[in-house]
Amino acid sequence: MHPAPSVIIFTTLSGLGFGLLVFLGLGMPSVTGWTAFWFFLIGYVLAVGGLLSSTFHLGHPERAWKAFSQWKTSWLSREGICAVAALIVMALYGAGLVFFQSQWAVLGWLGALLSLGTVFTTSMIYAQMKTVPRWHMPWTPAKFLTLSLAGGALLAGQVTLAIVLLILAGAITLATWIIGDGQFAKSGTDMQTATGLGAIGQVKAFEPPHTGTNYLLREFVHVVGRKHSQKLRIISGVLAFALPILLLLLPFSHAIAVLAIASHLAGVLTARWLFFAEAEHVVGLYYGKR
Amino acid sequence: MTQLPTKTDKKLGLVIDLDTCVGCHACVISCKGWNTENYGAPLSDQDAYGENPTGTFLNRVHSYEVTPLASSAKPHPAAQTIHFPKSCLHCEDAPCVTVCPTGASYKRAEDGIVLVNEADCIGCGLCAWACPYGARELDQDEGVMKKCTLCVDRIYNENIPEIDRVPSCVRTCPAGARHFGDLGDPDSDVSKLVAERDGMDLMPEQGTKPVNKYLPPRPKDDLPEFDVLAPYLEPVAENPGGFIGWLDKALEKI
Repeated sequence: MHPAPSVIIFTTLSGLGFGLLVFLGLGMPSVTGWTAFWFFLIGYVLAVGGLLSSTFHLGHPERAWKAFSQWKTSWLSREGICAVAALIVMALYGAGLVFFQSQWAVLGWLGALLSLGTVFTTSMIYAQMKTVPRWHMPWTPAKFLTLSLAGGALLAGQVTLAIVLLILAGAITLATWIIGDGQFAKSGTDMQTATGLGAIGQVKAFEPPHTGTNYLLREFVHVVGRKHSQKLRIISGVLAFALPILLLLLPFSHAIAVLAIASHLAGVLTARWLFFAEAEHVVGLYYGKR
Repeated sequence: MTQLPTKTDKKLGLVIDLDTCVGCHACVISCKGWNTENYGAPLSDQDAYGENPTGTFLNRVHSYEVTPLASSAKPHPAAQTIHFPKSCLHCEDAPCVTVCPTGASYKRAEDGIVLVNEADCIGCGLCAWACPYGARELDQDEGVMKKCTLCVDRIYNENIPEIDRVPSCVRTCPAGARHFGDLGDPDSDVSKLVAERDGMDLMPEQGTKPVNKYLPPRPKDDLPEFDVLAPYLEPVAENPGGFIGWLDKALEKI
Protein backbone atom coordinates (compact mmCIF):
# COMPACT_ATOMS: atom_id res chain seq x y z
CA MET A 1 0.00 0.00 0.00
CA HIS A 2 1.14 3.53 -0.76
CA PRO A 3 2.35 5.14 2.48
CA ALA A 4 0.57 8.52 2.19
CA PRO A 5 2.26 11.02 4.54
CA SER A 6 -1.08 12.60 5.49
CA VAL A 7 -2.47 9.29 6.74
CA ILE A 8 0.74 8.31 8.55
CA ILE A 9 0.84 11.67 10.35
CA PHE A 10 -2.89 11.43 11.11
CA THR A 11 -2.85 7.96 12.64
CA THR A 12 0.34 8.66 14.62
CA LEU A 13 -0.55 12.08 16.04
CA SER A 14 -4.23 11.38 16.61
CA GLY A 15 -3.38 8.07 18.28
CA LEU A 16 -1.06 9.90 20.64
CA GLY A 17 -3.52 12.76 21.24
CA PHE A 18 -6.53 10.55 21.95
CA GLY A 19 -4.28 8.37 24.15
CA LEU A 20 -3.48 11.45 26.26
CA LEU A 21 -7.18 12.40 26.38
CA VAL A 22 -7.99 8.91 27.72
CA PHE A 23 -5.70 9.48 30.71
CA LEU A 24 -6.89 13.05 31.24
CA GLY A 25 -10.47 11.76 31.25
CA LEU A 26 -9.57 9.23 33.93
CA GLY A 27 -8.00 11.98 36.05
CA MET A 28 -4.45 10.79 35.54
CA PRO A 29 -2.86 13.20 36.29
CA SER A 30 -5.53 14.98 38.33
CA VAL A 31 -4.93 18.56 37.24
CA THR A 32 -6.92 21.79 37.28
CA GLY A 33 -6.49 25.41 36.15
CA TRP A 34 -3.54 26.35 33.96
CA THR A 35 -1.82 22.96 34.26
CA ALA A 36 -5.00 21.30 33.02
CA PHE A 37 -5.19 23.86 30.19
CA TRP A 38 -1.71 22.97 28.89
CA PHE A 39 -2.35 19.23 29.12
CA PHE A 40 -5.64 19.56 27.23
CA LEU A 41 -4.05 21.87 24.66
CA ILE A 42 -1.40 19.23 23.84
CA GLY A 43 -4.08 16.54 23.57
CA TYR A 44 -6.25 18.66 21.29
CA VAL A 45 -3.40 19.90 19.08
CA LEU A 46 -2.31 16.30 18.45
CA ALA A 47 -5.81 14.84 17.99
CA VAL A 48 -7.26 17.66 15.90
CA GLY A 49 -4.02 18.24 13.98
CA GLY A 50 -4.02 14.58 13.01
CA LEU A 51 -7.67 14.66 11.97
CA LEU A 52 -7.11 17.77 9.84
CA SER A 53 -4.06 16.18 8.21
CA SER A 54 -6.17 13.17 7.24
CA THR A 55 -8.48 15.39 5.17
CA PHE A 56 -5.55 16.39 2.91
CA HIS A 57 -5.68 13.11 1.03
CA LEU A 58 -9.38 13.52 0.18
CA GLY A 59 -10.42 14.39 -3.36
CA HIS A 60 -13.20 16.62 -2.00
CA PRO A 61 -12.50 17.69 1.62
CA GLU A 62 -15.36 20.24 1.45
CA ARG A 63 -17.83 17.34 1.46
CA ALA A 64 -16.21 15.62 4.48
CA TRP A 65 -19.24 16.40 6.68
CA LYS A 66 -21.23 13.87 4.66
CA ALA A 67 -19.03 11.15 6.18
CA PHE A 68 -21.04 11.24 9.43
CA SER A 69 -24.05 9.60 7.78
CA GLN A 70 -23.13 5.95 7.18
CA TRP A 71 -22.36 4.75 10.71
CA LYS A 72 -24.45 1.62 10.18
CA THR A 73 -21.90 -0.02 7.87
CA SER A 74 -18.79 2.16 7.53
CA TRP A 75 -15.93 2.17 10.05
CA LEU A 76 -14.68 5.44 8.56
CA SER A 77 -18.04 7.04 9.28
CA ARG A 78 -18.03 5.60 12.82
CA GLU A 79 -14.53 7.00 13.33
CA GLY A 80 -15.67 10.48 12.35
CA ILE A 81 -18.63 10.39 14.73
CA CYS A 82 -16.57 8.95 17.58
CA ALA A 83 -13.84 11.57 17.12
CA VAL A 84 -16.24 14.52 17.15
CA ALA A 85 -18.15 13.12 20.14
CA ALA A 86 -14.90 12.51 22.05
CA LEU A 87 -13.65 16.03 21.32
CA ILE A 88 -16.93 17.67 22.43
CA VAL A 89 -17.26 15.66 25.65
CA MET A 90 -13.61 16.15 26.55
CA ALA A 91 -13.91 19.88 25.85
CA LEU A 92 -16.78 20.13 28.38
CA TYR A 93 -14.85 18.05 30.89
CA GLY A 94 -11.72 20.13 30.29
CA ALA A 95 -13.68 23.37 30.72
CA GLY A 96 -14.79 22.12 34.15
CA LEU A 97 -11.21 21.46 35.16
CA VAL A 98 -9.73 24.64 33.72
CA PHE A 99 -12.40 27.24 34.55
CA PHE A 100 -14.35 25.79 37.49
CA GLN A 101 -11.61 23.74 39.20
CA SER A 102 -14.11 20.90 39.37
CA GLN A 103 -13.74 17.34 38.08
CA TRP A 104 -16.97 16.08 36.49
CA ALA A 105 -15.84 12.46 36.73
CA VAL A 106 -18.65 10.80 34.75
CA LEU A 107 -18.06 13.17 31.83
CA GLY A 108 -14.36 12.32 31.99
CA TRP A 109 -14.98 8.58 31.88
CA LEU A 110 -17.34 9.01 28.94
CA GLY A 111 -14.73 11.16 27.15
CA ALA A 112 -12.03 8.57 27.85
CA LEU A 113 -14.23 5.81 26.45
CA LEU A 114 -15.04 7.83 23.32
CA SER A 115 -11.35 8.67 22.84
CA LEU A 116 -10.43 5.01 23.04
CA GLY A 117 -13.36 4.27 20.71
CA THR A 118 -11.93 6.69 18.15
CA VAL A 119 -8.62 4.83 18.10
CA PHE A 120 -10.47 1.51 17.84
CA THR A 121 -12.65 2.66 14.94
CA THR A 122 -9.54 3.98 13.14
CA SER A 123 -7.87 0.59 13.53
CA MET A 124 -10.96 -1.22 12.23
CA ILE A 125 -10.76 0.75 8.95
CA TYR A 126 -7.59 -1.23 8.30
CA ALA A 127 -8.47 -4.48 10.08
CA GLN A 128 -11.68 -4.91 8.06
CA MET A 129 -9.78 -4.99 4.75
CA LYS A 130 -9.91 -8.58 3.55
CA THR A 131 -8.05 -7.37 0.48
CA VAL A 132 -4.97 -6.56 2.60
CA PRO A 133 -4.30 -9.81 4.47
CA ARG A 134 -1.53 -8.31 6.63
CA TRP A 135 -4.05 -5.94 8.22
CA HIS A 136 -7.01 -8.31 8.34
CA MET A 137 -6.51 -9.73 11.85
CA PRO A 138 -7.46 -8.85 15.46
CA TRP A 139 -3.84 -7.94 16.20
CA THR A 140 -4.28 -4.74 14.18
CA PRO A 141 -6.75 -3.08 16.62
CA ALA A 142 -4.68 -4.47 19.50
CA LYS A 143 -1.62 -2.70 18.10
CA PHE A 144 -3.37 0.64 17.53
CA LEU A 145 -4.97 0.61 21.00
CA THR A 146 -1.84 -0.33 22.95
CA LEU A 147 0.31 2.13 20.98
CA SER A 148 -2.16 4.91 21.67
CA LEU A 149 -2.38 4.07 25.38
CA ALA A 150 1.39 3.74 25.75
CA GLY A 151 1.97 7.10 24.05
CA GLY A 152 -0.84 8.66 26.10
CA ALA A 153 0.63 7.39 29.38
CA LEU A 154 4.01 8.75 28.32
CA LEU A 155 2.54 12.22 27.61
CA ALA A 156 0.43 12.13 30.78
CA GLY A 157 3.56 11.48 32.86
CA GLN A 158 2.34 8.12 34.21
CA VAL A 159 5.83 6.64 34.42
CA THR A 160 5.11 3.14 35.78
CA LEU A 161 2.06 2.66 33.64
CA ALA A 162 3.93 3.95 30.59
CA ILE A 163 6.69 1.36 31.08
CA VAL A 164 4.15 -1.48 31.37
CA LEU A 165 2.16 -0.27 28.35
CA LEU A 166 5.30 0.28 26.25
CA ILE A 167 6.37 -3.32 26.91
CA LEU A 168 2.87 -4.53 25.99
CA ALA A 169 2.65 -2.37 22.85
CA GLY A 170 6.16 -3.46 21.82
CA ALA A 171 5.25 -7.13 22.20
CA ILE A 172 2.03 -6.72 20.20
CA THR A 173 3.81 -4.73 17.47
CA LEU A 174 6.38 -7.53 17.21
CA ALA A 175 3.53 -10.04 16.98
CA THR A 176 1.86 -8.12 14.13
CA TRP A 177 5.15 -8.17 12.21
CA ILE A 178 5.78 -11.89 12.67
CA ILE A 179 2.18 -13.05 12.20
CA GLY A 180 1.61 -10.48 9.45
CA ASP A 181 4.43 -11.99 7.34
CA GLY A 182 2.41 -15.18 6.88
CA GLN A 183 -1.01 -13.60 6.38
CA PHE A 184 -0.93 -13.28 2.58
CA ALA A 185 -0.16 -16.95 2.06
CA LYS A 186 -2.81 -17.85 4.63
CA SER A 187 -5.49 -15.82 2.82
CA GLY A 188 -5.56 -18.40 0.01
CA THR A 189 -5.64 -15.71 -2.66
CA ASP A 190 -3.04 -16.14 -5.39
CA MET A 191 -2.73 -15.64 -9.16
CA GLN A 192 -4.56 -18.92 -9.74
CA THR A 193 -7.71 -17.85 -7.83
CA ALA A 194 -7.46 -14.26 -9.07
CA THR A 195 -7.64 -15.33 -12.71
CA GLY A 196 -9.55 -18.57 -12.20
CA LEU A 197 -7.04 -20.17 -14.56
CA GLY A 198 -5.42 -22.37 -11.91
CA ALA A 199 -7.27 -25.42 -13.24
CA ILE A 200 -5.15 -25.26 -16.41
CA GLY A 201 -1.81 -24.71 -14.72
CA GLN A 202 0.66 -22.17 -13.43
CA VAL A 203 -0.34 -18.57 -14.23
CA LYS A 204 2.22 -15.90 -15.10
CA ALA A 205 1.58 -12.26 -16.01
CA PHE A 206 2.46 -11.90 -19.70
CA GLU A 207 1.44 -8.35 -20.59
CA PRO A 208 0.00 -5.66 -18.30
CA PRO A 209 -3.05 -3.74 -19.58
CA HIS A 210 -0.97 -0.62 -20.26
CA THR A 211 2.66 0.21 -20.85
CA GLY A 212 2.56 2.92 -18.19
CA THR A 213 1.52 2.92 -14.58
CA ASN A 214 -1.95 3.62 -13.17
CA TYR A 215 -3.88 4.56 -10.02
CA LEU A 216 -4.09 0.94 -8.85
CA LEU A 217 -0.35 0.34 -9.07
CA ARG A 218 0.47 3.69 -7.42
CA GLU A 219 -1.99 3.14 -4.58
CA PHE A 220 -1.67 -0.59 -3.89
CA VAL A 221 1.62 -1.92 -5.20
CA HIS A 222 4.39 -0.24 -3.22
CA VAL A 223 7.55 -2.30 -3.30
CA VAL A 224 10.25 0.21 -2.38
CA GLY A 225 9.83 0.12 1.39
CA ARG A 226 9.77 -3.64 1.79
CA LYS A 227 13.42 -3.93 0.80
CA HIS A 228 14.58 -2.51 4.11
CA SER A 229 11.75 -3.77 6.27
CA GLN A 230 13.94 -5.77 8.68
CA LYS A 231 16.23 -2.79 9.34
CA LEU A 232 13.26 -0.45 9.75
CA ARG A 233 11.59 -2.86 12.17
CA ILE A 234 14.71 -2.80 14.38
CA ILE A 235 14.99 1.01 14.16
CA SER A 236 11.32 1.52 15.06
CA GLY A 237 11.46 -1.10 17.83
CA VAL A 238 14.44 0.63 19.45
CA LEU A 239 13.04 4.17 19.07
CA ALA A 240 9.40 3.49 19.94
CA PHE A 241 9.85 1.07 22.82
CA ALA A 242 13.38 0.14 24.01
CA LEU A 243 14.84 3.64 24.30
CA PRO A 244 11.77 5.26 25.99
CA ILE A 245 11.62 2.40 28.53
CA LEU A 246 15.33 2.84 29.35
CA LEU A 247 14.90 6.61 29.68
CA LEU A 248 11.88 6.17 31.98
CA LEU A 249 13.88 3.85 34.24
CA LEU A 250 16.39 6.68 34.85
CA PRO A 251 15.67 9.16 37.65
CA PHE A 252 12.79 11.36 36.40
CA SER A 253 13.48 14.75 34.86
CA HIS A 254 11.49 16.75 32.35
CA ALA A 255 14.34 16.77 29.83
CA ILE A 256 14.50 12.97 29.88
CA ALA A 257 10.71 12.72 29.58
CA VAL A 258 10.76 14.98 26.50
CA LEU A 259 13.52 12.85 25.01
CA ALA A 260 11.50 9.68 25.68
CA ILE A 261 8.44 11.19 23.99
CA ALA A 262 10.44 12.37 20.96
CA SER A 263 12.04 8.95 20.56
CA HIS A 264 8.67 7.21 20.91
CA LEU A 265 7.09 9.52 18.32
CA ALA A 266 9.88 8.90 15.81
CA GLY A 267 9.63 5.16 16.37
CA VAL A 268 5.84 5.08 15.95
CA LEU A 269 6.11 7.15 12.75
CA THR A 270 8.59 4.61 11.37
CA ALA A 271 6.37 1.69 12.40
CA ARG A 272 3.32 3.38 10.85
CA TRP A 273 5.20 3.99 7.60
CA LEU A 274 6.06 0.29 7.54
CA PHE A 275 2.44 -0.60 8.35
CA PHE A 276 1.48 0.82 4.96
CA ALA A 277 4.64 0.17 2.93
CA GLU A 278 4.76 -3.53 3.86
CA ALA A 279 1.06 -4.20 3.35
CA GLU A 280 0.27 -6.04 0.13
CA HIS A 281 -3.09 -5.66 -1.59
CA VAL A 282 -4.43 -8.70 -3.48
CA VAL A 283 -5.06 -6.57 -6.61
CA GLY A 284 -1.29 -6.67 -7.25
CA LEU A 285 -1.73 -10.31 -8.25
CA TYR A 286 -3.49 -9.27 -11.46
CA TYR A 287 -0.26 -7.51 -12.40
CA GLY A 288 1.89 -10.45 -11.32
CA LYS A 289 3.13 -8.32 -8.44
CA ARG A 290 2.74 -8.24 -4.70
CA MET B 1 -27.37 4.19 1.89
CA THR B 2 -24.35 1.94 2.00
CA GLN B 3 -26.31 -0.97 3.39
CA LEU B 4 -26.51 -3.64 0.71
CA PRO B 5 -29.98 -4.70 -0.47
CA THR B 6 -30.86 -8.13 0.98
CA LYS B 7 -31.81 -9.25 -2.51
CA THR B 8 -32.08 -7.63 -5.91
CA ASP B 9 -34.89 -8.33 -8.39
CA LYS B 10 -32.41 -8.72 -11.20
CA LYS B 11 -28.69 -9.38 -11.30
CA LEU B 12 -27.51 -7.57 -14.40
CA GLY B 13 -23.95 -8.38 -15.33
CA LEU B 14 -21.43 -9.56 -17.88
CA VAL B 15 -20.24 -12.97 -18.94
CA ILE B 16 -16.74 -12.86 -20.39
CA ASP B 17 -15.52 -15.68 -22.59
CA LEU B 18 -11.78 -16.20 -22.06
CA ASP B 19 -11.78 -18.73 -24.88
CA THR B 20 -12.91 -16.19 -27.45
CA CYS B 21 -11.25 -12.97 -26.29
CA VAL B 22 -8.46 -12.05 -28.69
CA GLY B 23 -7.04 -9.25 -26.53
CA CYS B 24 -7.70 -6.45 -29.03
CA HIS B 25 -8.57 -3.88 -26.31
CA ALA B 26 -11.52 -2.55 -28.36
CA CYS B 27 -13.74 -2.86 -25.24
CA VAL B 28 -11.25 -0.72 -23.30
CA ILE B 29 -11.37 2.04 -25.91
CA SER B 30 -15.14 2.03 -26.42
CA CYS B 31 -15.67 2.05 -22.63
CA LYS B 32 -13.33 4.99 -22.21
CA GLY B 33 -15.06 6.83 -25.06
CA TRP B 34 -18.65 6.26 -23.91
CA ASN B 35 -17.96 6.94 -20.27
CA THR B 36 -15.94 10.07 -20.95
CA GLU B 37 -18.79 11.60 -22.92
CA ASN B 38 -21.73 10.46 -20.81
CA TYR B 39 -22.49 9.42 -17.19
CA GLY B 40 -20.68 11.49 -14.56
CA ALA B 41 -17.26 13.11 -14.68
CA PRO B 42 -15.12 12.36 -17.76
CA LEU B 43 -12.35 9.76 -17.46
CA SER B 44 -9.31 12.01 -17.40
CA ASP B 45 -5.77 11.40 -18.59
CA GLN B 46 -2.62 12.92 -17.15
CA ASP B 47 0.43 13.71 -19.27
CA ALA B 48 -1.42 12.04 -22.16
CA TYR B 49 1.20 12.94 -24.77
CA GLY B 50 4.17 13.15 -22.43
CA GLU B 51 6.75 10.73 -21.11
CA ASN B 52 4.62 9.06 -18.45
CA PRO B 53 0.99 8.98 -19.56
CA THR B 54 -1.60 7.62 -17.11
CA GLY B 55 -5.36 7.77 -17.00
CA THR B 56 -8.61 6.49 -15.56
CA PHE B 57 -10.04 3.33 -17.12
CA LEU B 58 -13.08 1.31 -16.05
CA ASN B 59 -12.05 -1.73 -18.01
CA ARG B 60 -8.55 -3.07 -18.57
CA VAL B 61 -7.34 -6.13 -20.46
CA HIS B 62 -4.55 -8.20 -18.90
CA SER B 63 -2.72 -11.01 -20.69
CA TYR B 64 -1.52 -14.12 -18.92
CA GLU B 65 0.67 -17.04 -19.84
CA VAL B 66 -0.57 -20.31 -18.42
CA THR B 67 1.68 -23.35 -18.44
CA PRO B 68 -0.14 -26.66 -17.90
CA LEU B 69 1.50 -29.10 -15.50
CA ALA B 70 3.85 -31.57 -17.19
CA SER B 71 2.68 -35.17 -17.44
CA SER B 72 4.32 -38.36 -18.73
CA ALA B 73 2.29 -38.10 -21.92
CA LYS B 74 3.25 -34.43 -22.34
CA PRO B 75 6.59 -33.73 -20.71
CA HIS B 76 6.77 -30.25 -22.26
CA PRO B 77 3.20 -28.93 -22.47
CA ALA B 78 2.79 -25.80 -24.57
CA ALA B 79 2.02 -22.59 -22.70
CA GLN B 80 -1.21 -20.75 -23.55
CA THR B 81 -1.72 -17.01 -23.81
CA ILE B 82 -5.03 -15.92 -22.29
CA HIS B 83 -6.37 -12.40 -22.64
CA PHE B 84 -8.30 -11.31 -19.62
CA PRO B 85 -10.61 -8.27 -19.61
CA LYS B 86 -11.44 -7.02 -16.11
CA SER B 87 -13.99 -4.48 -14.94
CA CYS B 88 -16.41 -4.17 -11.99
CA LEU B 89 -18.04 -7.53 -11.20
CA HIS B 90 -21.10 -5.89 -9.54
CA CYS B 91 -20.72 -8.21 -6.54
CA GLU B 92 -23.72 -9.29 -4.46
CA ASP B 93 -21.69 -8.76 -1.28
CA ALA B 94 -19.89 -5.70 -2.53
CA PRO B 95 -17.30 -4.70 0.10
CA CYS B 96 -16.73 -1.39 -1.70
CA VAL B 97 -20.28 -0.26 -0.88
CA THR B 98 -20.36 -0.94 2.85
CA VAL B 99 -17.06 0.86 3.58
CA CYS B 100 -18.23 4.12 1.97
CA PRO B 101 -18.56 6.78 4.71
CA THR B 102 -20.87 9.14 2.81
CA GLY B 103 -23.35 6.83 1.10
CA ALA B 104 -21.99 7.81 -2.33
CA SER B 105 -21.47 4.15 -3.24
CA TYR B 106 -24.61 2.06 -3.54
CA LYS B 107 -26.00 -1.11 -5.03
CA ARG B 108 -29.34 -0.75 -6.80
CA ALA B 109 -32.10 -2.97 -5.44
CA GLU B 110 -33.85 -3.14 -8.83
CA ASP B 111 -31.02 -4.53 -10.96
CA GLY B 112 -27.98 -4.97 -8.71
CA ILE B 113 -25.78 -2.41 -10.49
CA VAL B 114 -23.13 -0.88 -8.21
CA LEU B 115 -22.84 2.86 -8.76
CA VAL B 116 -21.18 5.96 -7.31
CA ASN B 117 -23.12 9.18 -6.73
CA GLU B 118 -20.30 11.55 -7.61
CA ALA B 119 -21.90 14.53 -5.85
CA ASP B 120 -21.52 12.71 -2.51
CA CYS B 121 -18.08 11.16 -3.11
CA ILE B 122 -15.31 12.71 -0.98
CA GLY B 123 -12.56 10.81 -2.80
CA CYS B 124 -11.25 9.04 0.28
CA GLY B 125 -10.36 6.00 -1.80
CA LEU B 126 -11.50 3.47 0.80
CA CYS B 127 -13.81 1.66 -1.65
CA ALA B 128 -10.88 1.09 -4.00
CA TRP B 129 -8.98 -0.40 -1.04
CA ALA B 130 -11.88 -2.72 -0.28
CA CYS B 131 -12.22 -4.01 -3.86
CA PRO B 132 -10.03 -7.08 -4.51
CA TYR B 133 -10.38 -6.74 -8.28
CA GLY B 134 -9.03 -3.23 -8.86
CA ALA B 135 -12.36 -2.21 -10.38
CA ARG B 136 -12.38 1.31 -8.92
CA GLU B 137 -10.04 4.12 -9.84
CA LEU B 138 -9.88 7.59 -8.33
CA ASP B 139 -9.98 10.14 -11.13
CA GLN B 140 -6.99 12.44 -10.69
CA ASP B 141 -8.68 15.50 -12.24
CA GLU B 142 -12.10 15.23 -10.59
CA GLY B 143 -11.04 13.70 -7.25
CA VAL B 144 -14.00 11.31 -7.31
CA MET B 145 -14.17 7.53 -7.62
CA LYS B 146 -14.92 6.11 -11.06
CA LYS B 147 -16.15 2.63 -11.81
CA CYS B 148 -18.05 0.59 -14.41
CA THR B 149 -21.72 1.61 -14.48
CA LEU B 150 -22.68 -1.34 -16.69
CA CYS B 151 -23.53 1.54 -19.06
CA VAL B 152 -26.65 2.31 -17.06
CA ASP B 153 -27.13 5.24 -19.45
CA ARG B 154 -27.32 2.89 -22.45
CA ILE B 155 -29.16 -0.22 -21.30
CA TYR B 156 -32.38 1.66 -20.41
CA ASN B 157 -31.92 4.42 -22.98
CA GLU B 158 -34.94 4.65 -25.27
CA ASN B 159 -33.29 7.35 -27.37
CA ILE B 160 -30.88 4.90 -28.97
CA PRO B 161 -31.70 1.92 -31.22
CA GLU B 162 -32.60 -1.24 -29.33
CA ILE B 163 -29.55 -3.10 -30.61
CA ASP B 164 -27.34 -0.53 -28.84
CA ARG B 165 -29.01 -0.96 -25.45
CA VAL B 166 -26.18 -3.07 -24.06
CA PRO B 167 -22.95 -1.94 -22.39
CA SER B 168 -20.55 -0.25 -24.78
CA CYS B 169 -17.90 -2.96 -24.34
CA VAL B 170 -20.38 -5.70 -25.27
CA ARG B 171 -21.61 -3.78 -28.33
CA THR B 172 -18.04 -3.22 -29.51
CA CYS B 173 -16.41 -6.63 -28.96
CA PRO B 174 -15.56 -7.94 -32.45
CA ALA B 175 -14.97 -11.48 -31.17
CA GLY B 176 -18.30 -11.85 -29.38
CA ALA B 177 -16.44 -12.58 -26.16
CA ARG B 178 -18.64 -10.36 -23.98
CA HIS B 179 -22.25 -11.10 -23.09
CA PHE B 180 -24.72 -8.99 -21.13
CA GLY B 181 -27.88 -10.09 -19.35
CA ASP B 182 -29.71 -10.99 -16.15
CA LEU B 183 -27.71 -13.55 -14.22
CA GLY B 184 -30.46 -13.75 -11.62
CA ASP B 185 -32.80 -15.37 -14.14
CA PRO B 186 -31.81 -19.04 -14.66
CA ASP B 187 -33.51 -19.05 -18.08
CA SER B 188 -31.64 -16.07 -19.51
CA ASP B 189 -29.11 -16.58 -22.30
CA VAL B 190 -26.21 -15.57 -20.07
CA SER B 191 -27.26 -17.95 -17.28
CA LYS B 192 -27.52 -20.82 -19.78
CA LEU B 193 -24.09 -19.94 -21.14
CA VAL B 194 -22.63 -19.98 -17.64
CA ALA B 195 -24.22 -23.37 -16.90
CA GLU B 196 -23.07 -24.85 -20.21
CA ARG B 197 -19.49 -23.64 -20.01
CA ASP B 198 -18.86 -23.91 -16.25
CA GLY B 199 -18.67 -20.16 -15.70
CA MET B 200 -16.51 -19.21 -12.72
CA ASP B 201 -16.04 -16.52 -10.07
CA LEU B 202 -12.81 -14.58 -9.61
CA MET B 203 -11.28 -14.86 -6.12
CA PRO B 204 -14.25 -16.78 -4.65
CA GLU B 205 -12.38 -16.96 -1.31
CA GLN B 206 -12.80 -13.20 -0.90
CA GLY B 207 -16.52 -13.80 -0.33
CA THR B 208 -17.72 -11.01 -2.61
CA LYS B 209 -20.12 -13.20 -4.65
CA PRO B 210 -19.43 -11.55 -8.02
CA VAL B 211 -22.33 -11.33 -10.47
CA ASN B 212 -20.05 -11.23 -13.54
CA LYS B 213 -18.84 -14.66 -14.59
CA TYR B 214 -15.84 -15.79 -16.61
CA LEU B 215 -15.98 -18.71 -19.04
CA PRO B 216 -12.73 -20.68 -18.84
CA PRO B 217 -10.81 -21.41 -22.06
CA ARG B 218 -11.89 -24.68 -23.68
CA PRO B 219 -9.30 -27.49 -23.67
CA LYS B 220 -6.91 -27.23 -26.60
CA ASP B 221 -7.19 -29.72 -29.45
CA ASP B 222 -4.82 -32.63 -28.90
CA LEU B 223 -3.12 -33.01 -32.27
CA PRO B 224 -0.66 -35.91 -32.71
CA GLU B 225 2.90 -34.64 -32.82
CA PHE B 226 4.34 -35.24 -36.30
CA ASP B 227 6.25 -33.30 -38.91
CA VAL B 228 3.85 -32.28 -41.66
CA LEU B 229 6.70 -31.91 -44.21
CA ALA B 230 8.35 -35.25 -43.42
CA PRO B 231 6.52 -37.31 -46.11
CA TYR B 232 7.70 -34.88 -48.78
CA LEU B 233 11.33 -35.00 -47.70
CA GLU B 234 11.73 -38.80 -47.92
CA PRO B 235 14.28 -39.90 -50.61
CA VAL B 236 12.28 -40.68 -53.74
CA ALA B 237 14.35 -43.73 -54.73
CA GLU B 238 16.43 -45.72 -52.24
CA ASN B 239 18.42 -47.70 -54.85
CA PRO B 240 18.72 -45.59 -57.97
CA GLY B 241 19.96 -47.13 -61.17
CA GLY B 242 21.27 -45.77 -64.50
CA PHE B 243 23.24 -42.52 -64.67
CA ILE B 244 22.08 -41.38 -61.17
CA GLY B 245 23.16 -44.73 -59.77
CA TRP B 246 26.61 -44.42 -61.38
CA LEU B 247 26.92 -40.81 -60.11
CA ASP B 248 25.88 -41.86 -56.61
CA LYS B 249 28.50 -44.60 -56.50
CA ALA B 250 31.19 -42.38 -58.01
CA LEU B 251 30.56 -39.61 -55.49
CA GLU B 252 30.58 -42.10 -52.59
CA LYS B 253 34.07 -43.22 -53.63
CA ILE B 254 35.65 -39.76 -53.63
